[in-house]
Amino acid sequence: MSEVLVLVDIDRSSGVAKVTKPTLELLTIARRLGEPSAVVIGTVDTAPLKAYGAEKIYTVDDADIAGFLVAPKAEVLAQLVEKASAAAVLIPSGGEGKEIAGRLAVKIDSGLITDAVDVAPGDGGGPVTTQSVFAGNFTVQAKVIKGIPVITVKPNAVTPEQSEGAAAEEAFSATISDAAKGARITASEPRKASGRPELTEAAIVVSGGRGTGGDFSEVEGFADSIGAAVGASRAAVDSGWMPHAFQVGQTGKTVSPQLYVANGISGAIQHRAGMQTSKTIIAVNKDDEAPIFELVDFGVVGDLHAVLPAATEAITQRKG
Amino acid sequence: MNIVVCVKYVPDATADRHFESDHTVDRVGVDGLLSELDEYAVEQALQVKEKLGDDTEVTVLTVGPEQATDAIRKALQMGADKGVHVLDDAIAGSDALATSLVLAEAVKKIDSDTSWDLVVCGMASTDGSMGVVPAMLAERLGVPAVTLGSEITVEGTTVRIRRDGDAATETVEGTLPLVLSVTDQSGEARYPSFKGIMAAKKKPLETWSLADLGLDAELVGLSAAWSTVEGTEARPPRTAGEVVTDEDGSGATALVEFLASKKFI
Ligand SMILES: Cc1cc2nc3c(=O)[nH]c(=O)nc-3n(C[C@H](O)[C@H](O)[C@H](O)COP(=O)(O)OP(=O)(O)OC[C@H]3O[C@@H](n4cnc5c(N)ncnc54)[C@H](O)[C@@H]3O)c2cc1C
Ligand SMILES: Nc1ncnc2c1ncn2[C@@H]1O[C@H](COP(=O)(O)O)[C@@H](O)[C@H]1O
Repeated sequence: MSEVLVLVDIDRSSGVAKVTKPTLELLTIARRLGEPSAVVIGTVDTAPLKAYGAEKIYTVDDADIAGFLVAPKAEVLAQLVEKASAAAVLIPSGGEGKEIAGRLAVKIDSGLITDAVDVAPGDGGGPVTTQSVFAGNFTVQAKVIKGIPVITVKPNAVTPEQSEGAAAEEAFSATISDAAKGARITASEPRKASGRPELTEAAIVVSGGRGTGGDFSEVEGFADSIGAAVGASRAAVDSGWMPHAFQVGQTGKTVSPQLYVANGISGAIQHRAGMQTSKTIIAVNKDDEAPIFELVDFGVVGDLHAVLPAATEAITQRKG
Repeated sequence: MNIVVCVKYVPDATADRHFESDHTVDRVGVDGLLSELDEYAVEQALQVKEKLGDDTEVTVLTVGPEQATDAIRKALQMGADKGVHVLDDAIAGSDALATSLVLAEAVKKIDSDTSWDLVVCGMASTDGSMGVVPAMLAERLGVPAVTLGSEITVEGTTVRIRRDGDAATETVEGTLPLVLSVTDQSGEARYPSFKGIMAAKKKPLETWSLADLGLDAELVGLSAAWSTVEGTEARPPRTAGEVVTDEDGSGATALVEFLASKKFI
């Protein structure tokens, strides 16, 4: 079987470098397509990679890579694709992942599919992807027909499955060109950990919009009572009430949790684009004609400043 | 300085966007417009021009069907100086790899007249939403890409942006020439003024074919695509569920009961 390269996503926010859950999802997909080879740029505890089926682990020293945007990483992958005669490359979706994938696809003259929500082997063995497009109104099946498929996969595409891999480690020294070092990171201020689940990975997301009036404490209190991540509409982000990293929608995050609760959010198409594929949707909005109610499994027409604190209290009491 | 802004003509997101029988996006039957996310790119290009002074020229570049002229026109009305429309039947159905190839050749052709310093793109197109063309374009032009800027400064030959990443807020720098992409956090785009609308009518707008770019039609379009769509399916519309009206706390009670019935608590 041929090698399927998985670019390992590393979370350094807690001070300790950790392999992210989407990486384990990619390894699970890679096992469907061939033999997973994890590509680690920098250092991280590789135990989870082994536990989730990596047969090989390529480790790449990041001294020449860390201070730059994506171009060096694309060079690493292009060189590894050739060395390993890889059958496909899987990369976590997200701003950085998609740019790495874009540059890689040009370098190796291969087809690229972004934001897959599922990947399965097709008739000829090559991967067939599923994507959700036009604000989640359509699903699309596609496959790459030229070169080595480069696919970026969204978080939560599959449930990671454990399966012990050989995890043979091999140091790979890539040649990074000077041209790839043209975009320099000159300062970096890490985001503070909120203590809440990661927005794109959470089982429950509770969001607030312009209707919060700027005070997110009720939204956050309700979110904490049900163990949810907190999200926001662009109106709330534009008003400076929440950082952009919390924005759900076309130009923010796409989430697809078990439960999405929209509070004081009208339900514009661009917001829907980021949450429409959630399993269950609840809205609290004081306007009974708000378009968000077209999507909901359950809705409350009312003032969120009354409904959320009361619901939070009732839930806390139930938990005793 | 010479700035090229890449803008895309896209189907209106609030209209009924759909696919043709060959699984390509219907770009003709649905009302289109200048991608809202590319208005931010035009705005940033104009701001750079305004800061640097008059001899800076902003060229708007689009690859798209005949109606895509509307997208260029809008950018000219906002204040860009001239337009280039790459129009060729063979381009229909192109994927990001082909689009970036055409854009790269067009930028090079613009360069052969007046050398370019900065290419500005939007963060993603509102229809394809891939967010890959700026990186691909930079790769093809062999220049750095400084991407997803929410705050942009140009000083001499240095472009500096603030980038609100998932893990950190970063400052990123590059030296011209380079490709810059800007987000919808970079500042509201201006509306065309009446004067701008009148002035746009007299601004130069060139239309180039693939042959003008020296590109072989075999390299682009649906038949040359690097990937193929096997099927498209409309997601079944969500059926609206129960909606209750809150009266003296009844809403919260019903909400908690619903959560419990679905085992969320
Ligand atoms: C190119 C582009 C990209 C975009 N990307 C995004 C994106 O990624 N994410 C996104 O969210 N938007 C995005 N937007 C913006 C989008 O079009 C909407 O403007 C935005 O989603 C509106 O946010 P909102 O629902 O919070 O505000 P509004 O539309 O103003 O709605 C506020 C709602 O709160 C309700 N309300 C007010 N007070 C209360 C109260 N006390 N209790 C209960 N309800 C109350 C009101 O009835 C109303 O329905 C984008 C737009 C464009 C053009
Ligand atoms: N057909 C096109 N013509 C001109 N510019 C484009 C075209 N397609 C994409 N772009 C540019 O590339 C950016 C990202 O597009 P995409 O990768 O398709 O999401 C857009 O915001 C535009 O600036």
